[in-house]
Amino acid sequence: MQFGLLAIVFLFSYHLVPHSETSYLWRLPPLLKDIPAWINTLLDNLMFQWFAVDVWDPVWKEYEQKSVFRIITRAIGSSILFVIIFIRELFLGGTQTIGTLFSDAMLSANKWLYWPALPWTAIVAGAAILGYQLQGIRLALLAGIGVGYLCVFGQWAPSLQTLSFVLVCAPICFVFGLGFGIWGYLNRTVEAALEPLLNTMQTLPHFSYLVPVMVLFGVGDHAGAVATIIFATPPMIRLTILGLRKISPDIVDSGLMSGCSKFQLLFKVLIPTARTDILIGVNQVIMQCLAMTTIAAFIGAKGLGFNLKVALNSLEIGKASEIGLCVVLIAVILDKYSLAWANKQKDYFSDLDFFQRYRPYIVFILLTLLAILLSYIGALYFKDGINYLYYVPFDKGFTISPFIDAGIDWFWEAFFPYLNGFNVWLITSVLVPMREAYLGMPVISTFILVMGAGYIVGGIRSTIVVGGLILFIALSEYWDRALITAYMATFAVLISAFLGIIVGSLCAQNNFASKTILSICDFFQTFPSFIYLIPVILLFGITDTSVMIAAIVYAVIPATRYTVEGLNSVPLPLHEAATMSGVSRLQRWTNIELPLALPHIMLGINQTVIFALFMVILGALIGTIDLGQIIMGALSKKGGAGIGLTLGIFVSFMCLAVDNLIQTWAKERKKLLGIE
Amino acid sequence: MASNESPATDQQPVIRCDSVFKIFGDKAKEMLAGVGGSNVDTKAFQEAGCIVGVNNASFDVTRGEKLIIMGLSGSGKSTLLRCISRLTDATAGSIFIEGQDLLAMSNKQLIELRRETMGMVFQSFALLPHKTVLENIAFPLQVKGVSTQDSVKKAMDMVELVGLRGRENYFPRELSGGQQQRVGIARSLAVEPDIWFLDEPFSALDPLIRKEMQDEFLRLQSVLNKTILFVTHDFDEALRLADRIAIMKDGVIEQLDTPANIVLNPATEYVQKFTEDVPREKVLRVESVMDPVKSSEALSNLKVSKDVIIETVAEAVLSEQNPVPVTDENNEVVGVLHPSKVIHVLFGGRDNDPKQ
Repeated sequence: MQFGLLAIVFLFSYHLVPHSETSYLWRLPPLLKDIPAWINTLLDNLMFQWFAVDVWDPVWKEYEQKSVFRIITRAIGSSILFVIIFIRELFLGGTQTIGTLFSDAMLSANKWLYWPALPWTAIVAGAAILGYQLQGIRLALLAGIGVGYLCVFGQWAPSLQTLSFVLVCAPICFVFGLGFGIWGYLNRTVEAALEPLLNTMQTLPHFSYLVPVMVLFGVGDHAGAVATIIFATPPMIRLTILGLRKISPDIVDSGLMSGCSKFQLLFKVLIPTARTDILIGVNQVIMQCLAMTTIAAFIGAKGLGFNLKVALNSLEIGKASEIGLCVVLIAVILDKYSLAWANKQKDYFSDLDFFQRYRPYIVFILLTLLAILLSYIGALYFKDGINYLYYVPFDKGFTISPFIDAGIDWFWEAFFPYLNGFNVWLITSVLVPMREAYLGMPVISTFILVMGAGYIVGGIRSTIVVGGLILFIALSEYWDRALITAYMATFAVLISAFLGIIVGSLCAQNNFASKTILSICDFFQTFPSFIYLIPVILLFGITDTSVMIAAIVYAVIPATRYTVEGLNSVPLPLHEAATMSGVSRLQRWTNIELPLALPHIMLGINQTVIFALFMVILGALIGTIDLGQIIMGALSKKGGAGIGLTLGIFVSFMCLAVDNLIQTWAKERKKLLGIE
Repeated sequence: MASNESPATDQQPVIRCDSVFKIFGDKAKEMLAGVGGSNVDTKAFQEAGCIVGVNNASFDVTRGEKLIIMGLSGSGKSTLLRCISRLTDATAGSIFIEGQDLLAMSNKQLIELRRETMGMVFQSFALLPHKTVLENIAFPLQVKGVSTQDSVKKAMDMVELVGLRGRENYFPRELSGGQQQRVGIARSLAVEPDIWFLDEPFSALDPLIRKEMQDEFLRLQSVLNKTILFVTHDFDEALRLADRIAIMKDGVIEQLDTPANIVLNPATEYVQKFTEDVPREKVLRVESVMDPVKSSEALSNLKVSKDVIIETVAEAVLSEQNPVPVTDENNEVVGVLHPSKVIHVLFGGRDNDPKQ
């Protein structure tokens, strides 16, 4: 009813306000257009002027003025780089670490100073043993076969480069996340301050981190690592606070009554009790690190992401698919590893002998020795060229990309008319009109719509919050671009929500289907987002359609998951009561299940919005003309840092506005229904 | 408070509460300042946004006594216990543990006190999920700095004491509720505290297990002789276990007395509601219904002790023709028990008027 009224007012304003460049009802003046410049000046000042000190430059043999801040960031950058290279060389062999630790002169004097690469067979064995230790034979097989694929297909080197990010970033994120999480738990003020910061950080598109990081830390692997750390820490903080808050007050009291000091309470009672949640946080961190790999490639991070970017840019779909599969495999294996670790309950073994206690290590050492032996035998067999039993170099392994490419060519030839027809139809008769409609919306109408919805849902408070967030965007130069982003996201959200609710509702009708669909969702959610772009480019080329489809597929996951969860959480007695009242299945769905599950489903839609927006922005990778494109363009522009960050914040604010509306609504609704 | 005398002893009370208030809310302190030492008006506080948890509680607990605080949910019984263990700070009043002012203690002294003289059992067991039974029990010793070897040895003794031998390497998740609470009990006793707090320890258990654990509690106490504060919402449990019971309502202690006195003379209507349906023969001891010895009376040959519960001797007494002599611990006759009194305890004073 209220919403109907709102719609009428909205439509009136839409048609009544003239499209005039001078009218403030049509577009607001760009009062805030200087924000990017301010950010740039700030960064500039930090990097070049602030607290300048004289530093001896050994190359030019003179003193140079450098900002302390710059010295600090560069020092951080090079320490991270050292660790990254150390990890890579540990597995792949090399001399750089030894050179850094001692001296290059020592290296050239002693030719034997060389750390050899591990044979790939040993790595497969190691992955399998770790899987077995964490869960059992199934994870051992998955890890063994997955890593085997990486090695045999010659992707081990870039994979390890990607992995080295995870290995460096995850522990740093863990320490920061745990530290801030504990701080937030102990101090409500800190938590209140962290909350909006985390919200913004988690809704900032991946891209917008890149430019500021590039300005502060330069270009290269370490910059990629820093961007990844900033991106991946928030969920760790969240889950730490959540896990600690979940501890029953009785446990805290029992710790106190046992005579714990503050320190003992924290480290002997609270953190071990929240162990599972904290480790789920680690799992999230790892997944976020992987999601960042391709994006970090833009500022010089090596690895699978970089290769994937190159392959996509040159439209080598077969190769891109192979690399994509590597990323997925790594993601799935690490996901399973970390979840298994989180859920693994400590077992109590007091009376193990030396061999039993260290069995996995002993087995690994034995297998490694065997692998080394095998690679020596290989050296005899493969007399010249590549020793395939030792190490398969990049691009020299097995490959099936010619087959994939051939398959795609055939597919294109066979289906091109249909695909193209659909593509053209979608663009000309759906997308373009929709975009025009969005662009033709006076700014006043947007505010009526958004703030009106805010008022209906959450009263004056929501109205102000939502209005403020949108106002910030409206006062910039990029309102039109933001509208385009909004239109693409809206389209994707509508379709995803529809599909998700339908599929979810169907699957929720029976236990087996529920479980199946939830594990499918789990599986697809482990994929880093950019993976979704590969198959759609294959089908629709570089068009808006591709981005749309990728966004829909990506965003349908949370919609489906939350629908299934919501419907399954409707209490059984209610089902039975309904059945005894003689309702049909459809009646039960519309009258009982859907209304009760709706708050939870709406939380899923909330996720859908964020997922869709992220994918739309990511679509800039393959060329769209919304905010994402400018954010990406900012990467190569002088003074891009300010623009990139500002636009990122715009996207984040759009997410937060929707988030505020839906969360408030769901909370009120749940209170009304008496759930939770 | 109708009855507030504790048995006269020359000893110092182990726990002494003097006008303890616990009031939740921002303005609690200011509001209390205007009241003085008497009970506060709960309504007036509520209007000011304050919730009264404990309203002017004063009592002593003597060494080796089992004081049970009984009340329904929201009566402030757990809050009172938390004030005395200083898990929460009382808003006003003073609490003395062995003569030391609890509220004036520094954090360090408080930790020391908890490590040496206090043990507590929780309703939800509150065991550490990542530690085994043995490690859980040894935990208070370890935070105190006892060596691993000694703490494990002591913890093993405790495992033995609560009858969990053979399960010391289990994790809490592998135990039943009753077993988990045995671990909770063992943990609370590991440091050999003088004062033992139990916060609804058996409320989360099935009725049968609860009975079993109550017996276990009585057995332990007969061996250990701790000073006990026990919180429960179960009046029957209170009657069964208590030396004295404090009945609380809306933060006020309505009555504090021995089970027999509470059943015989409920101080307020509220207390009466609890006592109405209590089978008196299960609560009252012979002492409380016996008459003075009159030399003219012919007595039966049967003798009963003044300390036994009436139920246990009712049948024997009613089978006698004459009144039964009552003896004290020195086997001297201190009174007589008339069968009519027993009949009155069993059937009298109920709503079973023959006229109806």
